[in-house]
Amino acid sequence: MSDTVHVEEALLVPNRRSDGILRGLFRMRETGLVLIILALFITMSFASPYFLTWANMRAMSVAFAVDGIIVIGMTILLISGGIDLSVGSVTALAMVIAGWLFLNAGVDPWLASLISIACCAGIGAVMGFFVTKVGLHHFIVSLAIMVIARGICLLGTGGRPIGLFTLPPEFKFIGQGSVGPIPVVILIFLAFVITFDFMLRHTVMFRKVFYTGSNEKAAAYSGIRTKKVIFLTTTLCSTLCGVAGIIYMSRFGSAQPTFGIGLELTVIAAAVIGGASLNGGSGSILGAILGVVLLSLVSSSLALLDVSVYWQDIIRGTILLAAVTIDHFLNKRRR
Amino acid sequence: MADETVLQISGLNKSFGPVRALSDVRFELRKGEIHAVAGENGAGKSTLMNIIDGILQPDSGDIILDGRKVTISSPTEAQRYGIGFVHQEIALCPDVSVAENIFMARTNASRSFFMDYRKLEQDAAEVFRQLSGIDPSVVVRDLSISNQQLVEIAKALTLNCRILILDEPTAALTLTESQVLFDIMRKLADRGMSIIYISHRMVEIFENCDRVTVLRDGKYITTRDVAEISPSDVVNAMVGRVIDGLYPEKQTGPSEEIIFEARDLNDEPRFSDVSFQLRKGEVLGLAGLIGAGRSEIARGICRLEGKATGEIVLNGQKLDLKTYRDCVKHGIVYLSEDRKGDGVFLDMAIAANISALRVEQVANGLGLIRFNKEAHQAKTLGAKLNLKYGSLSGPVSLLSGGNQQKVALAKMLSVDPSLIFLDEPTRGVDVGAKSEIHRILRDLASTGVGIVVISSELPELIGLCDRVLVVREGRISGEVSGEMLTEREIMRLASIVDADDRLRARAR
Repeated sequence: MSDTVHVEEALLVPNRRSDGILRGLFRMRETGLVLIILALFITMSFASPYFLTWANMRAMSVAFAVDGIIVIGMTILLISGGIDLSVGSVTALAMVIAGWLFLNAGVDPWLASLISIACCAGIGAVMGFFVTKVGLHHFIVSLAIMVIARGICLLGTGGRPIGLFTLPPEFKFIGQGSVGPIPVVILIFLAFVITFDFMLRHTVMFRKVFYTGSNEKAAAYSGIRTKKVIFLTTTLCSTLCGVAGIIYMSRFGSAQPTFGIGLELTVIAAAVIGGASLNGGSGSILGAILGVVLLSLVSSSLALLDVSVYWQDIIRGTILLAAVTIDHFLNKRRR
Repeated sequence: MADETVLQISGLNKSFGPVRALSDVRFELRKGEIHAVAGENGAGKSTLMNIIDGILQPDSGDIILDGRKVTISSPTEAQRYGIGFVHQEIALCPDVSVAENIFMARTNASRSFFMDYRKLEQDAAEVFRQLSGIDPSVVVRDLSISNQQLVEIAKALTLNCRILILDEPTAALTLTESQVLFDIMRKLADRGMSIIYISHRMVEIFENCDRVTVLRDGKYITTRDVAEISPSDVVNAMVGRVIDGLYPEKQTGPSEEIIFEARDLNDEPRFSDVSFQLRKGEVLGLAGLIGAGRSEIARGICRLEGKATGEIVLNGQKLDLKTYRDCVKHGIVYLSEDRKGDGVFLDMAIAANISALRVEQVANGLGLIRFNKEAHQAKTLGAKLNLKYGSLSGPVSLLSGGNQQKVALAKMLSVDPSLIFLDEPTRGVDVGAKSEIHRILRDLASTGVGIVVISSELPELIGLCDRVLVVREGRISGEVSGEMLTEREIMRLASIVDADDRLRARAR
């Protein structure tokens, strides 16, 4: 009997926040994802001569880095039991607000960025209010905000991108510059990943996020202010969208009101492939980032192989379905 | 409507794993009678009813309906035999009309493509003409609980049943609402329907039923006419259970030192005028029927629900408690009765479960969790409670019920509590772990921790507690200790104090 327990634990406790003992063993999901990514990587380096070039590597990593910051917010929100469909339009709104302030009100771009990120935090707080105080569901609140934020973007710009040709070079450096061979975007992304992965695993603050998502009532019966936790994770997710929006603005040198349509699907898919559960209580930053890497690797591989873009969505959807199905059976056996 | 027997059950046995739920149970139901089934929690009433309704299958035994031996393999088949079961919990669809709810089964079986709402409502109005004036087109959500209960009964009636089982239908009803229900029951019985009525409340049994069958520990005890038996006799037949297992020795001399006191707690309609004291070293029990308000009092004190007013004094200090966090800060903790629902985090690690009540304790000044400290805490408390586990980082869902409960208990102990409310601390726990938990509670009490145990199992309360408060309808109806600490006395205070009074009043 005790033998089976051990075997089951080793197999069936993927990506749980580990407590230092047997840490590696329990991160089955991360290990599995790394293996899949490696296999794809090796296959592609034989299949396409362009794949293993510096330019391609750079383009690929820049592509997922900024979305990766949003994935961090989404993963934490999913762990707490919530979900946010508005990430794409809030990211676009961040660009539009900062771009508008810079161009039409003459605000310093750094200050404009800060104001814009604060606005996104405010949007998150509004969603948090409707979820925790009014008692509505995350899904429907964020769906409404998704549409509203997109509407504001289009209203403020007339639907056309705002060209920001006068952005100072220091500001463009965030999105376009490099430190040595490494793009600044990648450095910012890594800083966020390392910080949040560490905090999620080690801080009391984020442990309470896990408790809340795992069993909200039990968390309340442990004296945890669950509503406050959910309010904060909702706000954090939108705030990180704001950060991502600013980086995109710097990278594009413009504010794109139609940016990020469908982004929420990629972001949620990445988090779920990385082990986050829509029921809350589980997920890890590292896993979610590997999920983004996998999705992004698949997209660029297909592009390099000249596969029609329409196939890409079909394949990404299939990967998501496969990941969730595997998860479902693992969970079933554990219960 | 003479003594014509419609349902006869004999030699019925049913086990769940090693637990014998029913052994050699008999039951007989006559045409047109209201037959009460009484027994403590766990006496086997629900199992028996579930067998009659085809939800459960007996291991052996005969069910004879109208002189014919039958096998009832499903509730649908029970319906065909004319057996209707109104469960204690209301299971209606709240968002559709009364008529649609009543004829759900018929709609389900219907071949027609469109819903004929007018016909449904007409038929429903026909049913209610016999019952009471509920508008069949009203949405169920908008009805009071008692009217919802009537809809449940109406639903059973439309199936043309001859035998109607009512499982504690008055638990959620007020006195007047119950009276309406009893009048309807009597009318139905007069029309020849046989009603099986499950209740704890002696008043109801003695005012409304013809006969009563008593079960105890899954065994048949007796069946009597209510006219030839008194409420006390029924209670005596219900109790008298042998206290199984060894309970830890009780406190020797009662201490005078009061560690906790509740004064005039009120939270209408959950409970009112609740005052009690807890002395150092004693284990205090809270007894009462399910729904009497035992858990509500504990959760009210802990600020987990409701808005209780009144004074809470801990170790001579009057506390101003607003949230459960405040309680935990002062060392007052509550072990939930619903372990899986709100006691543990099933999919989280054992160590993380144990530290949940005050994670800050295993963290450093920067708010970073020290995992070895957390593991050490889990290991120490685990050893103290004799917790059996594979790995402290494995999820709690892998543990047995008893060990899950120990995890929940370890969580309470992690904050060095001064007072623990334990709601059904041994529910769903095997015998071995049960007596271990009793031992642990006694040890805690002797080291000065206040222990208040809520339990539906009378032998547990009697074996474990030094003093038991009995709660009835939200009030403390009495206190028993020492020689008086018997099942009979507790049951008397919990269910019949006024049954005797009322019968006496009527006799006069």
